[in-house]
Amino acid sequence: MTESLTVLLDESGIKRALIRISHEILERNKGVRDVVLIGIRSGGAFLAGELAKSIAVIEGAEVPVGAVDITLYRDDIKSHAPHLPVGKTEIGFSLQGKKVVLVDDVLFTGRTIRAAMDALMDHGRPECIQLAVLIDRGHRELPIRADFVGRNVPTSLKENVQVIFNGQNLPVEVVLEK
Amino acid sequence: MAEFKHRNIIALRDLTGEDIELLLATAENMREINSRDIKKVPTLRGKTIINLFYEASTRTRTSFEIAAKRLSADTVNISPSTSSATKGETLADTALNLLAMKPDIIVMRHAVSGAHYHLAQKVSCSVVNAGDGAHEHPSQGLLDLLTIKDRYGRLDGLKVAIVGDITHSRVARSDIQGLTKMGSHVYLAGPPTMMPPAVERLGNVTVCATMKEAIQDADVVMMLRIQQERQGKTLMPNTREYSRYFGLNPENLKLAKPGAVVMHPGPINRGVEMSSYVVDGGQSHVLKQVENGVAVRMAMLYHVCGGELE
Repeated sequence: MTESLTVLLDESGIKRALIRISHEILERNKGVRDVVLIGIRSGGAFLAGELAKSIAVIEGAEVPVGAVDITLYRDDIKSHAPHLPVGKTEIGFSLQGKKVVLVDDVLFTGRTIRAAMDALMDHGRPECIQLAVLIDRGHRELPIRADFVGRNVPTSLKENVQVIFNGQNLPVEVVLEK
Repeated sequence: MAEFKHRNIIALRDLTGEDIELLLATAENMREINSRDIKKVPTLRGKTIINLFYEASTRTRTSFEIAAKRLSADTVNISPSTSSATKGETLADTALNLLAMKPDIIVMRHAVSGAHYHLAQKVSCSVVNAGDGAHEHPSQGLLDLLTIKDRYGRLDGLKVAIVGDITHSRVARSDIQGLTKMGSHVYLAGPPTMMPPAVERLGNVTVCATMKEAIQDADVVMMLRIQQERQGKTLMPNTREYSRYFGLNPENLKLAKPGAVVMHPGPINRGVEMSSYVVDGGQSHVLKQVENGVAVRMAMLYHVCGGELE
């Protein structure tokens, strides 16, 4: 049961973080040439869309956006009975030779990212995969590190971090649940 | 979204509308895998699936096998000629021997209606029905539903005509169960000799006196195969007469709504159930059904693996 809620980022805070990440993506990749954004369903996919809008404003160029569902690539599927509903993977372009920026809302153990990378590799061989997350809450179980982070939030394992989206799938708040 | 709690899929009669909706949603999302260069996901890695087919089948067995392999499961196929059933072994004994090899799922086709319920009582692994006698063929029913949903984006409120040998058709029974649960209106037509008594008990269906009545303004026309192997020759004078009264041709297809979906579970007796003009025409969704079959079976195998013991 949730005892208390702390707001880590409000709507404007999230927006600022996404604009900063957009600048960092452009700087690291020297523009948008061959850059594609792939969001992990569901939160990451919404954020990838927001990053694409922000990049379009800054750079005046469109970046292809896709979404990956990692349910079929999870390593803990046996512990889920009944199995989780399978979401839709939508990557309407080739990943061959692309600089893929994988986007997720919260980076935790790293297992979701591993699953997402496995899924992406089945779609082609990108030149590289970079990772952008809105929140990094620590507790990695795999050697995975984000390239672009909105905010680092040290947490305990008893706590939970959630990015709240509104009815239009826009991020409105990041909360820490104790 | 609802959770799928069934360990076995033996009949659509046993599933709720929510279960069917979940299976269709999963199948829709599984389809993306089938269009990739690398058509494989690691989901069922380490799982063993036995395809135990006591009746001949090309389409269904291949479809189940491809579905299992796309989910990275290991498959073993057992067909009638290689089965010890030919040596007199009972189904229960075959099942227990197979179970000793620790499979996770047995996909079975059997000529006896209800054989799967018997099998499910004997084994601790999941059982998936690939067709039992004249009872049900749930995977075909689900792929039919998915094909219709693809065309109309919904299933509720549609008029679906099912025409042909209803008595011997397990496909018709699964379709009736699935379609009526999802809100479609089912109209049946066929020779009186091929219409089971008290067919209304199968679900909320309307039995029509003529084929014309059934397909008039239909959104979907589902033609069934004449099952010569099951019925002998006593139920109809000859195929030419059957075709005249219950065959689908470009003329009577005009009675259905413009652009209505034409379906058939296959294999088709061309010129009997459907004329070649219809089979190869623009309204035919027969190959789409086959394509959807793989995704539907992937969804079934995925969800039974996560189901609870019933």
